Amino acid sequence: MDTNIANSNLKSEDYFINMGPQHPATHGVLRLLLTIDGEIIKKVEPDLGYIHRSIEKMCERDSYQQIVHLTDRMDYLSSHINNEAVCLTVENALQLEVPERVKFVRTIIGELTRIASHCLWWGVMGMDIGALTTYFYGFRDREMINDIFEETCGARLTMNYNIPGGLMFDIHPNFVKRTKDFVAHFKTKIPEYDKLLTGNVIFQKRMKGVGILSKEDAISFGASGPVARGSGYSCDVRKYHSYSALDKVTFNEALKTEGDSLARYEIRIQEMWESLSIIEQLIDNIPEGEHKVATNAVIKLPKGEFYQKVETARGELGVFINSTGTKNPYRLKFRSPGFSNLSLLNHIAVGGKIGDLVASMATLDLVIPDIDR
Amino acid sequence: MNITLSITTTIYKFLSEYMSEGAANIGAMVTIALIYLAIFAVAGLYLVLLERKVAAWFQLRIGPNRVGPWGLLQTMADALKLVSKELTGTVKADKFLYNLAPYFVIISSLMALAVFPFTQEFQAFDINIGIFFLIAISSIGVIGILLGGWASNNKFALIGAMRSGVQTISYELSVGLSLVTMVLLTGTLQLSEIIEVQKNGWLIIQGHFPAIIAFMIYMIAGTAETNRAPFDMVEAESELGAGFHTEYSGMKFAYFFLAEFINMFIIAAIAATIFFGGWLSPFGITESIPWLGIFWFLGKTFVLVFLMMWFRWTFPRLRVDQLLTLEWKYLLPLNLLNIVLMALIVWLGLTIQL
Amino acid sequence: MSYFGDIYKGIKTLLAGMSVTGKVFLNNKNNTITQQYPDNRETLKMFDRFRGEVVMPHDENNEHSCTGCQKCEIACPNGSIEIIWDRQVDPETGKKKKMIDQHIYHLGMCTMCGLCIEACPTDAILWAQNYENSVYDRSALTKVLNQPGSKIMPGVED
Repeated sequence: MDTNIANSNLKSEDYFINMGPQHPATHGVLRLLLTIDGEIIKKVEPDLGYIHRSIEKMCERDSYQQIVHLTDRMDYLSSHINNEAVCLTVENALQLEVPERVKFVRTIIGELTRIASHCLWWGVMGMDIGALTTYFYGFRDREMINDIFEETCGARLTMNYNIPGGLMFDIHPNFVKRTKDFVAHFKTKIPEYDKLLTGNVIFQKRMKGVGILSKEDAISFGASGPVARGSGYSCDVRKYHSYSALDKVTFNEALKTEGDSLARYEIRIQEMWESLSIIEQLIDNIPEGEHKVATNAVIKLPKGEFYQKVETARGELGVFINSTGTKNPYRLKFRSPGFSNLSLLNHIAVGGKIGDLVASMATLDLVIPDIDR
Repeated sequence: MNITLSITTTIYKFLSEYMSEGAANIGAMVTIALIYLAIFAVAGLYLVLLERKVAAWFQLRIGPNRVGPWGLLQTMADALKLVSKELTGTVKADKFLYNLAPYFVIISSLMALAVFPFTQEFQAFDINIGIFFLIAISSIGVIGILLGGWASNNKFALIGAMRSGVQTISYELSVGLSLVTMVLLTGTLQLSEIIEVQKNGWLIIQGHFPAIIAFMIYMIAGTAETNRAPFDMVEAESELGAGFHTEYSGMKFAYFFLAEFINMFIIAAIAATIFFGGWLSPFGITESIPWLGIFWFLGKTFVLVFLMMWFRWTFPRLRVDQLLTLEWKYLLPLNLLNIVLMALIVWLGLTIQL
Repeated sequence: MSYFGDIYKGIKTLLAGMSVTGKVFLNNKNNTITQQYPDNRETLKMFDRFRGEVVMPHDENNEHSCTGCQKCEIACPNGSIEIIWDRQVDPETGKKKKMIDQHIYHLGMCTMCGLCIEACPTDAILWAQNYENSVYDRSALTKVLNQPGSKIMPGVED
């Protein structure tokens, strides 16, 4: 009997699977065209465009104050940081110095946003690899942050708290107390996260050595944020291009060299600790003062090109504004972290199983509206 | 008519007054089948409710609480909804196999219920190859899953079905071998006699160390056999959507769903019968009241069902190759060693007799 | 012995995970984080900065403080606000003055960005804290904020 199937005359075809646009693991409307051989992935082709809202084009129509609220709708899990990015770009272009109080509050809320985003990611990560309970534990802690946001900013998700020149209104009197309560609460919860998921033998087996990304590849794919730092590429914008009040705090950049899914996972857990430490350093020292500086009702940027990058929960968000001196930008471009991080999915998933694809996709922490602007 | 707990003989005697012996035999069987079907369809629904409540309590939620007091009628309402739903299917499905698959699954799980002794003499059919029958029947369900995945002409369903085949074939071994370990101790396959043996102490105590290992292996393999998390490769929501029952709707889906829960009950019931003395009360405290055996039997079973739910709502899912690694590199060798150990213990008379 | 060591360690981590969920299970009465939403309408209180919908407060004389300056209309990124205005004679001063006829607010288009309220020089529009905005007909989401017959408060200038 001829046992060599490859050399026999049997006709074989590639097995295509459409993962998404409606699929539990893609967290949104991402469509992955999978070519598989049994369980083994041969090719992953991400297909985008299902929720493209042409945000960049809309920005060309809007005034600089109005642009800010559109960025909420990009990476909705780090909406405050997105707002901050646009505001910083506009302020830099106007050479506007915002009060210290604004810088402190922006940084604290930014770090809270990062923790909230990582909480949700942690819950969803667990859910993706089958531990459904983590989702609710992550949300339990995220809910506390959302309450802080709601009390101060008025919204839980799309906050739009920043305006060019400062903050829309001052922080709520309860803000400091609530934040401290949260920090104390969350310090007891991260060890619980570790106990429930990180230490679990099944989890370790699922994550270790899966979806390996080398440092060189991370750089050449343009990866940023926890994905790149999991491969040993030190790229924290908060460290290298410090903005707002981040130059007043000391924190460590989480860095791992393994480059596998577990490394990316651990980076995010570590980042939560770092963010807590940043908040602790700042929360007691918020200086008194104005919450904004007066700007013209119609902001006109000087002619030229302006670029500012910030570190969102997912990586490096760049805002590029090309201004012709009018009240709208001539061209506005967002360099979103999710887009470059998604581009390396094919690279890290090929050769793995379907389960590996889901696990490594979860550690990329994709937010589809961020990719499909 | 003298009502005893021995239902088969009671019904048989009642019927044989009106008809011939053979007809009465068949009549008794059909009657019992219908009674069991009715009871366990409802019991299955309440298992679903229990699972949802337990899941909610693990997950900081309240769980179903809208339909009926404390949500007790929730799954009844769900069942009504499923009955009234349209049955959809794919165009190019293999219609015959597609329709056949759910019945394979549900019937095989209901058949297994026939041999359980719920209490003294309350047992539909006390056959002398009880355990063997259970193992054999539980393997039939996978045919239904394979058929369902294959015939529904859906790529995700096909992957799910193939995973199910791989998984069940592997874990059958462990379930069987861990039960064989206990059979070494009892010397019989008949379930009523196995319980009789346990009047000198539950088998998990009699067999002490190897029995505990066998119990652990049995629970792991049993969870895998029912395709529940952390071994729910077949459905693997985040990977395959819904797996083999992607294309099923309405009552056909409900059969798959119900079968999963009845299977869970069966796996727990086998464990309760073999390891924890079935309907025997601890230390024989209620020996004089035989019908209380039902309470003890169900109590033990539900503790084990709860354990399986605890697994499900805590652990992440294994990958398909790790699933096989666990079985072939860990459970199976340990199991074989365990059998030898148990044989030695039985041979040397080291069992603990209370 | 690393074979058995692995098994031992593995089981230990699994039990650690089960202890976390088990504790939550046992203490579930105090832990529940979900809200029984339609039942807790009385106790459900939004924060006072919550952005529910834009409203125009009126005082007891049916007077508001909107001067019709249209700054909110300009600030709105998506055209949710339309102001229909007219020049009328102010009865007090006898001069012609810009007055609103209708302040139309399309709640269905609003993204709750808050720029209109920031832009308003007279605090004529504010956030309301209501959260039940769903209706059966889309046209019900187009609201006229100034009450019929209302007029501007005396003394409010932009």
